[in-house]
Amino acid sequence: MALLPLMYVSSETKVMSSWRTTKPVIDYSKCTRCEICWKFCPDMAINLVTDPKLKTPNDRFNALEAPSIDYDHCKGCGICQAECPFGAIEMVREEI
Amino acid sequence: MKSVQSSRRIMTGNEAVATGVKLSRVKVIAAYPITPQTTIAEKIAEMVANGELDSKFIEVESEHSAMSMITASEITGVRSYTASSSHGILYMHEALHWAAGMRLPLVMSVVNRALGPPWNIWGEQTDTFNQRDTGWLQMYCESNQEALDSIMLGYKIGENKKVLLPVMNMLDAFTLSHTSEPVEVRDLKTAADYLGDLDLDFKIDFKNPIGYGSLISPDGPYMEMKKDMRDSMYNAVGIIKNEISNFNDQFDAELPGLTENFMMEDADYALITAGAISSTAKYTVRKLRKRGQKVGLIRLYFYRPFPGEEILKAVKGLKGLGVVERNLSYGQRGPTFEDVVSSLYGRVDVPVRNYVVGLGGRDIRVTDYELMFENLIEGNNDMEWVNVGVK
Amino acid sequence: MPLTIPKEEYVNQGHTACAGCGAALAMRYVLKGMGPKTAVAIPASCWAIIPGEYPYTALKVPLLYTTFASTGAAISGLREGLNAQGKEDYNVLAFAGDGGTADIGLQALSAAMERGHDVLFVMYDNEAYMNTGIQRSSSTPYGAWTTTTPVGLKRNFKKEKKKYVSDLMIAQNVPYVATASIGYPEDLERKVAIAKSIKGPKFIQILSPCPPGWYYNTADTIKVSRLAVESKVFPLYEFKSGKFTLFKPSKTTSIADYLSLQGRFKHLNDEEIKSIEEAVEERWKLLLKKEQN
Repeated sequence: MALLPLMYVSSETKVMSSWRTTKPVIDYSKCTRCEICWKFCPDMAINLVTDPKLKTPNDRFNALEAPSIDYDHCKGCGICQAECPFGAIEMVREEI
Repeated sequence: MKSVQSSRRIMTGNEAVATGVKLSRVKVIAAYPITPQTTIAEKIAEMVANGELDSKFIEVESEHSAMSMITASEITGVRSYTASSSHGILYMHEALHWAAGMRLPLVMSVVNRALGPPWNIWGEQTDTFNQRDTGWLQMYCESNQEALDSIMLGYKIGENKKVLLPVMNMLDAFTLSHTSEPVEVRDLKTAADYLGDLDLDFKIDFKNPIGYGSLISPDGPYMEMKKDMRDSMYNAVGIIKNEISNFNDQFDAELPGLTENFMMEDADYALITAGAISSTAKYTVRKLRKRGQKVGLIRLYFYRPFPGEEILKAVKGLKGLGVVERNLSYGQRGPTFEDVVSSLYGRVDVPVRNYVVGLGGRDIRVTDYELMFENLIEGNNDMEWVNVGVK
Repeated sequence: MPLTIPKEEYVNQGHTACAGCGAALAMRYVLKGMGPKTAVAIPASCWAIIPGEYPYTALKVPLLYTTFASTGAAISGLREGLNAQGKEDYNVLAFAGDGGTADIGLQALSAAMERGHDVLFVMYDNEAYMNTGIQRSSSTPYGAWTTTTPVGLKRNFKKEKKKYVSDLMIAQNVPYVATASIGYPEDLERKVAIAKSIKGPKFIQILSPCPPGWYYNTADTIKVSRLAVESKVFPLYEFKSGKFTLFKPSKTTSIADYLSLQGRFKHLNDEEIKSIEEAVEERWKLLLKKEQN
């Protein structure tokens, strides 16, 4: 049988965190769940989660899905911070 | 199996090739016109237009695209085909490596033609000898019958899961491509049973969406995959022998082995040829035999994989062997000469000589073969140019 | 908030695109629109290495790697091969960079469009050969620094204007031609949806900014994308059934704002910037005229 490269391994099994020098941190008390950060993430590193324990600027946002950074796959580009209309994301320097 | 229904028809080599494509029930055909291949594409287009062949025929904008397109259609899982010649083959060189590296058992017919400059549309085999290292099997046909049969045989061998490599079959410009001969058209039903449908493991699969041709680093299986291609090419030798014998049984055909030995049994001197020029060589051998000279001929039907063992067996006891090449390498002897010498090295002590013939369609006459045999018997070891510089 | 673009992802996390990569977003958006029944062909380009090394892959759909020049031929072959098996309902997508589209791949692209196969060709335009290290392509704009237009004392920045492949496709009367930007994902998704609904050849050129190649901060990818449109440097338009529509941005910015964000233009003097402004204005007027006709 010929040696054929038939294996499929999703790249999501790789951890990309070492690529990062700064990391985004969400201040949920300012986050309106607009999902703009999710929309513009080139690394699909923002998941949408339902977690009623997260803070909100207003209780009516409680029922909405909230963005959650996947630090295994975030490369720290900062697009989410730059695009957040509510200043709810801060880039924090990674400790070495 | 003498009961097989068949019909004998007069047709050109190119028409024979197109008929072979029809018998192989090829699904996607892409081609770009180049003399002397054009009538293959025309014939196939006509068959598709008449409903005689249920295929998609696409005239593309270049040979590079023709090869790239059938590589892509084949990887979806359907039998695909193209034909070209000369500069067309050179232009698709990159794509030839791609098709072989993807392990796709394509078949391509090549009408061997000289390379420019200066422009020349006549017979010569340098175009395909230049593709020697692309990972394609190479078959050189001597007759229109072989041209037809080699298409089906090519798919059968290439699609064998121990081979999975593409196959080129060659016919000489005009001598075969545009010359009519009687050809036994194989029975369509027998051909369908013989070939079956294409069954690839490595094909576009929406349930296992792999990357076909993904990057592989030095530590990845790159080198192993290349070794596997080379191993498969060698494994093909046994498979070719079996499949030729199987083909001859199925169709009551007369294909030779990887090589054809002609009057070699008690020969002292022999030539090696490939393609249609072999017929003139055979005529000369018969003529010299009548004069009592013990001469013979080895014809290469397959050039890749190289039939080194077959040649070794055939040349034992010879006093001289001449390798006739209708192609040219600059700065070294011809590629067939190199291959023959390396196959025999240290295993048999036969003087080997190299003759360059027929470039740019130059005639190769009986007198030329007579001269080659004379020269072989005399036995100096320079490379000889035949029928050149003669006014 | 309800999501404004489809939620399903067909690009996996863990791909090897640079931080802030515009081309990664372009693929993410296009595949959201095309869906799982899509086969993709990718020539030599950044996207030939972004999926990662075997056995890793970053796509949830089958991906055929092709030689640099043959993307157009490969999608033609995929289409005809699938059709031969009755799989007309599967989509065939080409995803090529600007070099693989505007330069080495132009012949195969033009031919595939002319033959009329049912395929979508996406050109992700990062305006240079980025995978090989920022060399000039015919899609690089006037004034840009690249490693083969290195400015220097003789000011050898790129002196030739950008070649717009989308314009060429309109000239060829391709049934659907659009330009799009990753700064406007909803508009991009709309265009992909239209392309998907049309049987025949389609072409979309997506401006895909490149942080290392354009010399800007990785966080500014979306900002740069929007400024390109707002400054009219990269006009968004559509050509469908012979009708040309130009998108007029409600908010406009100066070209200088767009240029000043990017290190590749930092050497330009006022006069050179002015000539860019004039050229952009001239092209905008031409496009307006095209819309009126």
